[in-house]
Amino acid sequence: MKIPRGKVVAVMGSSGCGKTTTLRLIGGQLKPTSGEVRVGGQIVHELDSGGLYNLRRRMGMLFQFGALFTDMSVYDNIAFQMREHTDLPESLIRDLVMMKLHAVGLRGAHGLMPAELSGGMARRVALARAIALDPMLIMYDEPFAGLDPISLSIVGELIRKLNDALGASSIVVTHDVQESLKIVDYVYFVSEGKIVAEGTAEDMKHSEVPYVHQFVWGEADGPVPFQYPSRPYGEELMESVGHRG
Amino acid sequence: MDNRVTGALRSLGQQVTGRIWRLGYASRFFLAVLMHSGTSLRRLHLTIREIYFTGVLSLIIILVSGMFVGMVLGLQGYDTLQRYGSTEALGVLVSLSLVRELGPVVAALLFASRAGSAITAEIGMMKATEQLSAMEMMAVDPIARVVAPRFWGGVISMPLLAALFSAMGIFGGYLVGVQLIGVDEGSFWSQMQASVDFREDILNGVIKSFVFGIIVSWVAVFEGYDAEPTAEGVSGATTRTVVTSSLAILAADFILTAFMFTGT
Repeated sequence: MKIPRGKVVAVMGSSGCGKTTTLRLIGGQLKPTSGEVRVGGQIVHELDSGGLYNLRRRMGMLFQFGALFTDMSVYDNIAFQMREHTDLPESLIRDLVMMKLHAVGLRGAHGLMPAELSGGMARRVALARAIALDPMLIMYDEPFAGLDPISLSIVGELIRKLNDALGASSIVVTHDVQESLKIVDYVYFVSEGKIVAEGTAEDMKHSEVPYVHQFVWGEADGPVPFQYPSRPYGEELMESVGHRG
Repeated sequence: MDNRVTGALRSLGQQVTGRIWRLGYASRFFLAVLMHSGTSLRRLHLTIREIYFTGVLSLIIILVSGMFVGMVLGLQGYDTLQRYGSTEALGVLVSLSLVRELGPVVAALLFASRAGSAITAEIGMMKATEQLSAMEMMAVDPIARVVAPRFWGGVISMPLLAALFSAMGIFGGYLVGVQLIGVDEGSFWSQMQASVDFREDILNGVIKSFVFGIIVSWVAVFEGYDAEPTAEGVSGATTRTVVTSSLAILAADFILTAFMFTGT
């Protein structure tokens, strides 16, 4: 799997196929049992904790439900990394925070607490926090999960625009085929920890690979079966009749 | 029969090794907290904030409980002492009971219930909502930024709360003994002053409460950090904090008392 600079790449697949694990491998929160992950030329799992933290300063990550710090205001959430990693004066931090919040359309919400935000707003604040230090790589873990159509569209557009504005690379792990195919440059389909298909959004829409076809068009049955593996239903019914009789 | 015995032994062995493994993990975690405490000391406002949350916000329960415990000691002490005609020693009884024993122990038990459980729940919820993972991904160590300030906040708060508990208890004993029952005020205070030794009684009490502060804070931050990231997991961890730290406080109290006060 390659994530070229400046591109937005989607990683898709059904639940439990290893999408989030991929992000955790890239972020160094997990170590690979085989193979390697290179970010900016560095092999992630070979870095010591100092090297790993230095690399993470150049990464941003949006978690599935935002993972905003609930004891801090929107402003403090975004200022968090700047205060932790830089010696910038508070006046400059304020300008930067407002700039990030303006980019996601929430400058007016800087004084709110995370509990006062809607799901869509929280996701946008988390997005502003993820780009706080202008990262070279932004990772999105299910950025569209649980959003209403308007928020969904806003978040989708922001992912694309922010990536282009920062000249960063983005990895979007998602189930949301229609929304993500609108904004991504390239797609990887993952199943049971392996890449089963890859290509541009257009390639995926017209893919003949059964798994991809089922996923893109939302078919209930196919390579991913509707029924969880079990014994034949008739056999189980007959057995329960036998027990009662 | 043999299979059942083997199964029971295996299960017992698994439980014992599991607990030893967990104790080892908790000890390594404790060392990690100590090693990452530099941030708490350099950025003192992080620790002061936690002293407010664990210490200042526990004041009401500590002060009110201290007062009532002292009042009960006054009543019970007077009832016992009057049988021997030595009611003037009430001040000594109340103060030594509180400073040596009840102050550190009861304050620590209350602290475990009020602040320890809150610390565990907060860290556990931060883990369940991926706030700790987010912090890691921002190149900020959660042990240094979240765990260590809470640990030191608890350790610093505990002796102060125990001292206030004892002070309020003595005041409660004074109210009941002197103001309500009519024990001589001069005897109450002068005997107390003459009998309570700073090093033997007060300092040992402070050492006890400091040790209890370490125990409660360690258990609380460990259980929170190690909690299953689910509602049920956080709830279980919170319960374990109260149970484990309460038992550990009582056990440590026995050991410390045996070393401090035996033969004096």
